[in-house]
Amino acid sequence: MKTIDTFTSNSDHNAVLVLSTGSFFIGKGIGCLGKTEGELCFNTGITGYQETLTDPSYAEQLITFTFPHIGNVGTNPDDLEAKNVFCKGLIIREDITNPSNFRSHTHLNNWLITNKVIGISNIDTRALTTLIRKEGPKHACITSVEPGQKIDIKSIHSAIKNKGTLEGQELSQLVTCKKTYTWSEHSFQLGQDGYKTLKKSDLHIVAIDYGIKHNILRCLTDSGAKITVVPAATSATEILSYQPDGVFLSNGPGDPHETAKFSTPIIRELLDKHIPIFGICLGNQLLSIAAKLTTQKMTKGHRGANQPVQDLQSKKVQITSQNHGFCVSQTSVPENIEITHISLFDQSIEGIRFKDRPAFSVQFHPESSPGPHESRHLFEEFIKMIIRHKREKKHAKT
Amino acid sequence: MPKRSDIKSILVIGAGPIVIGQACEFDYSGTQACKVLKDEGYTVILINSNPATIMTDPETADHIYIEPITPDCVEKIIKKERPDAILSTVGGQTALNTVLSLHKRGTLKKYNIILLGANPNAIEKAENRHLFNKAMANIGLDVPKNDIVHNMAEAKKALEKIGLPAIIRPSFTLGGSGGGIANNEDEFYEIVKNGLNLSPNTEVLIDESILGWKEYEMEVIRDKNDNAIIVCSIENIDPMGTHTGDSITVAPALTLTDKEYQLMRNASIAVLREIGVETGGSNVQFATHPDTGRLVVIEMNPRVSRSSALASKATGYPIAKVATQLAIGYTLDEINNDFTQCTPASFEPSIDYIVCKIPRFAFEKFPNSKQTLSTQMKSVGETMAIGRSFKESLQKGLRSLETGLSGFDTPLIKELTQNTSLKDKQTLIKKALTNPCPDRILIIAEAMRHKISLKEIQEKTQYDAWYLEQIQELINEEAQLIEHGLPKDKPAFLKLKKQGFSDARLAKLTHQTEENVRKIRHSLNCHPVYKKVDTCAAEFEATSSYLYACYEGNALQNSVCESAPSNKQKIIILGSGPNRIGQGIEFDYACVHAAKAISEEGIESIMINCNPETVSTDYDTSDKLYFDPLTEEDVLEIILTEQKKGHLQGVIVHFGGQTPLKLSKALEKNNIPIIGTEPDKIDLAEDRKRFKDLLHSLDLKQPKNAICHKISDIKKTIKQLNYPVVIRPSNVLGGRAMEILHNDNELNRYLDMNTAFILDGPILIDKFLETAIEIDVDVLSDGTDVFIAGILEHIEEAGIHSGDSACCLPTYSLSKDLVKTIETYSIKLAKALNIKGLMNVQFAIQNNEIYVIEVNPRASRTVPFVAKATGNSIAKIACKLMIGKKLKDFSLKSPYPSHYCVKEVTIPFPRFERTDTCLGPEMKSTGESMGIDSSFEMAFYKAQEAVGNTIPIKGNILISVKDSEKERVLDAVNIFKDQGFSIYATQNTANFLNKHNIPTQHVYKIKEHAINVVTLIEQKKFSLILNISDAETQEDSYDLRRTAVMNQTSYTTTIRSFNAMAKSVKTMARLNNQYHVQSLDELDYKQHKQ
Repeated sequence: MKTIDTFTSNSDHNAVLVLSTGSFFIGKGIGCLGKTEGELCFNTGITGYQETLTDPSYAEQLITFTFPHIGNVGTNPDDLEAKNVFCKGLIIREDITNPSNFRSHTHLNNWLITNKVIGISNIDTRALTTLIRKEGPKHACITSVEPGQKIDIKSIHSAIKNKGTLEGQELSQLVTCKKTYTWSEHSFQLGQDGYKTLKKSDLHIVAIDYGIKHNILRCLTDSGAKITVVPAATSATEILSYQPDGVFLSNGPGDPHETAKFSTPIIRELLDKHIPIFGICLGNQLLSIAAKLTTQKMTKGHRGANQPVQDLQSKKVQITSQNHGFCVSQTSVPENIEITHISLFDQSIEGIRFKDRPAFSVQFHPESSPGPHESRHLFEEFIKMIIRHKREKKHAKT
Repeated sequence: MPKRSDIKSILVIGAGPIVIGQACEFDYSGTQACKVLKDEGYTVILINSNPATIMTDPETADHIYIEPITPDCVEKIIKKERPDAILSTVGGQTALNTVLSLHKRGTLKKYNIILLGANPNAIEKAENRHLFNKAMANIGLDVPKNDIVHNMAEAKKALEKIGLPAIIRPSFTLGGSGGGIANNEDEFYEIVKNGLNLSPNTEVLIDESILGWKEYEMEVIRDKNDNAIIVCSIENIDPMGTHTGDSITVAPALTLTDKEYQLMRNASIAVLREIGVETGGSNVQFATHPDTGRLVVIEMNPRVSRSSALASKATGYPIAKVATQLAIGYTLDEINNDFTQCTPASFEPSIDYIVCKIPRFAFEKFPNSKQTLSTQMKSVGETMAIGRSFKESLQKGLRSLETGLSGFDTPLIKELTQNTSLKDKQTLIKKALTNPCPDRILIIAEAMRHKISLKEIQEKTQYDAWYLEQIQELINEEAQLIEHGLPKDKPAFLKLKKQGFSDARLAKLTHQTEENVRKIRHSLNCHPVYKKVDTCAAEFEATSSYLYACYEGNALQNSVCESAPSNKQKIIILGSGPNRIGQGIEFDYACVHAAKAISEEGIESIMINCNPETVSTDYDTSDKLYFDPLTEEDVLEIILTEQKKGHLQGVIVHFGGQTPLKLSKALEKNNIPIIGTEPDKIDLAEDRKRFKDLLHSLDLKQPKNAICHKISDIKKTIKQLNYPVVIRPSNVLGGRAMEILHNDNELNRYLDMNTAFILDGPILIDKFLETAIEIDVDVLSDGTDVFIAGILEHIEEAGIHSGDSACCLPTYSLSKDLVKTIETYSIKLAKALNIKGLMNVQFAIQNNEIYVIEVNPRASRTVPFVAKATGNSIAKIACKLMIGKKLKDFSLKSPYPSHYCVKEVTIPFPRFERTDTCLGPEMKSTGESMGIDSSFEMAFYKAQEAVGNTIPIKGNILISVKDSEKERVLDAVNIFKDQGFSIYATQNTANFLNKHNIPTQHVYKIKEHAINVVTLIEQKKFSLILNISDAETQEDSYDLRRTAVMNQTSYTTTIRSFNAMAKSVKTMARLNNQYHVQSLDELDYKQHKQ
């Protein structure tokens, strides 16, 4: 078949996904019409597209859903992980169907339009996934137009062909909260009025928001802590001024190496003060960098809800929810750091612990949403660590 | 942690004969389990009475016992083999029950046996409703509210607690009679009152009704380190109320948000922990309220199941294999994922396609039974389809069923004809919608065509709106096609194909031939591509070759195909599709052997099949597997793809029964070589006229026969042939509407009953050979030499479908001369048909005359039985002969072993109410068992025991025999009398027996007295019943037979079988009522001299 430079769109073919390599896939526009660009990735989760789409860690990314039917259960006001949508677009196999679920409020397509998300459907997502697996992450562009208009694939390609991946990009500033706020909402209980509010608590955690998922905050609340969420670049002094019992380092988008440029001094200061710290995903990478480990870009990343992680101490396997395109490098692990978890898919580092500080972090998402709940005990462990630390401090004083 | 080294030998218990609810999925799981254990170096001992399994092939285990799966028999094997451990979780409910009773009687303890997989406590907790409910309460999970009441006051309290609607069941009444669903208070109190009266212990069980709720299943695996994974979620499209085996199901679940899915996931794993399944696979069933999402646990199976086989095929994740590895001590992270090699089994498969399972029913075999689906499973098989969208998957599934569907064809709706007015049509369709029946999904489509609103359809069916809308979209497309015809451009055509429309369906909708549609499609260069099932949604590269067809991409670009045809020599094997009565596991067995034979010869074996229960659809049975429908279109497209590279030598159509045979014409037309016996020879054997001429030329006899083209000719023709005759319509398959007629009265009744068939085409009439002995012969030939692979003598007389009659190898009552003649005739036929591979001949012997009944130039149902009986792997050898090997290349064992092998069948009579249990020319059995022993009598005894029709060694025996046969039962009754049985009989029979000095007590027929045969059978008065009736008395004695079946009393309806029973009883007595068990490797097969 000859290569296509341009084509006149119709109602079934009014969108195209063009990769920086020149590969392209013609499909049908969903959500808003227009043009959007980002780094291409794929997610293998079967459920939880609404949570995925609202996960701030997907900032500047185009998400390919490997599961063909997306939108079946519609959208609802409860399954959100952030107030806004930060991903740059979505790529799916099938048309979005009418929703069917007792919790559904809004058709996914309407929800996409409301949230100004551009997407493309009727794509061979399996072929695309194979391409990403083989060639690594690529910059790409979705363009969708009114049926009847021409789409110029060649010019779309020339506009993006020199664009690279998220390597070297600091994105947490893009998604972090602008102002400090407090959080007291518990996690969702089906059939029991949904979200409940924490009444009172003796524990106080400051969560640094690099792009935090709400369910992390909910899980922390479930563990009984009151939470203050602060913007990503909040100084250690300010954080300490809230007198936290522990500090949480959140997930977030972008290249950890770049974010670390401003986060490392803050985290190191907190570490030096022996403040208990727990980090997830980007938080894990930032804590690792603060501990003098390095990070690297992965070829295809880990995105899905079926990722096996082994706890190296108990040897137990947890099926985890993951979403990361960078990981902590295996090379030169400092003396004071213990690797606690590894991925059973590719042996990459999934968790670390300080031997000389009350601090640990994991690469995967124990708060899940979407994904399995089985590593939620890590939140409890954080709280236990805080309490232990508090007690020790008290002993030290007396 | 490495595998257990404290055990050396393991006994694996199989599932026995194929019955409804327990089919060849247990051959699949059992075979996987045995393979794992053998590869790990354990000595594997296997018991399974079902010879038609791959599991009982000599290479599967070290010591194979084809013996009845009873606690007694298993104990004998334990005593003899002294295994260190038992694996009980791969043989269905049969294996679990057996192990549980071995535990209860102390056998396990006595022989110090370790139980692998589920332990007795876990089994008990999962099976016992009360313990199960308690366990669920322990972990905070909801079950349907329930109560047990003994009086009306308690009932009042129960009503307050449970609410309405409620399901009410009296305790200990047969088949739950006297129960019902109460929708209001009046109904509630009335049913409870009635139930309390009916229940022998004045007890009524009341359950919250969850009819119409959404139903889900989760397939869970857990290891000894408490690592647990969900392999697959399955959603039933049919709501609660229809057995999951009878429901159309979808994997993965499509209408759950992550929040709901994770709740179910957490609950599933919690259930496994609480029930105590330490290692292995289980399935947990849930129901959710469609409006509130309230989640209740329905049940769990602490073993691999039909659903786990489905989940394995749906995801690629081999549950039985992994469960077995876990049972011997491995943990999930220590096991490799076969598909990726580089990742472990401790992950949850992610799939990027939709799987639909559709059950296949056999109601046409039981015409008196109501075609209503309920909580008791009735389907006999299933098909699975994989598509990139739900629509594609569903439509592939419908055409995979082989029930004549090409998609959403119009179903028959009671009383609805073309002339019915639209309003009446709507009324009839609405009525049909409320009945959960096999065609329900088609009736839904019909409702949509008749503008019945989705809302109303949903109210009546309680199908989730999501599925209904998908069907609606398909029906809308159909309407477009009807109005505008076939699209002429590729984008529009591709769009249709992506929704799963078959060429045949498109042809029907646009009034043209399928061939024409295909031509147009090909001219548009519109072909399917093949995608891999890889467990991981393409996240990792898969090394496997497990593929399915789908239409992909758009008309502007090439779509990506992953089939990667090799450069090798290759052969395609066509499988046998969904199990049905008449085409079951035997054919899958043959296909598996064909695949093995081809691979052994260095040729690439490519399997096409769509039955998820089977070994043939295991991803490593063949070199390449296409999980696709066995239709002309689907098969030809695969062939086109495979022909792109390498050399496709041809296609094997002889092993999968009728399914592939039906495709041979299309293959020939497309110049695809057919391996083995030529299709023309198949036609020669099947064409009545040509076959008659052939027999004539070979100087072989067949029963007199004729074809009638007009109803008015029938009587005249019968006059020429003389009664009795066998009559059947020529255009109906599988022995349907086939009957033996003895007089004009029966003929008139037959003509009345079967008008529909008769008007449709010619009627075939054969002279019926009364009291003839039927013989089955399986023959191997390389085109030059012929080898008699086995001669089977039927126990029942001619007139009973060969698939339903018991038989014995070697023959047990024929003279040497007769056997010799049978051999000669068979060889003659094989040569005349130029057989390359297998041929099956059926003969009937009447007064020492041998008649040819039919010839099938292909693998028959008897192949696995003959292979097990003679020790010759005849399916594999046949396949090798088909690809050029010669008989002399093989070292063969004699087809006349010194031991006797008897086959007996299982028939699902109890599940189909109002069905007479008399055997006839129409096949009704679902499976078979085999008994092996040094004598015919003991082999027969074992075969009967293995199908649950145990021959009693003492007790009361009831005899009711029609006048013409009374003489013939005397000898046998005398034997029973001499063995100490008390004889009971109905009036005439009692008089006759007393007259012949057999003291017989008289029992009343039903109409004669309040205490009569039926009430006595219900009281378990008799240990054995013989009933032989003719057409006139058949109605009279129907209740007698039916009651025997429902009360699990052993019975027979044929004299030859009764005689065999008598001899068995005598032989058993001589052996002090103990038989010996023998493994296949201990049998003394003699070498065949060539």
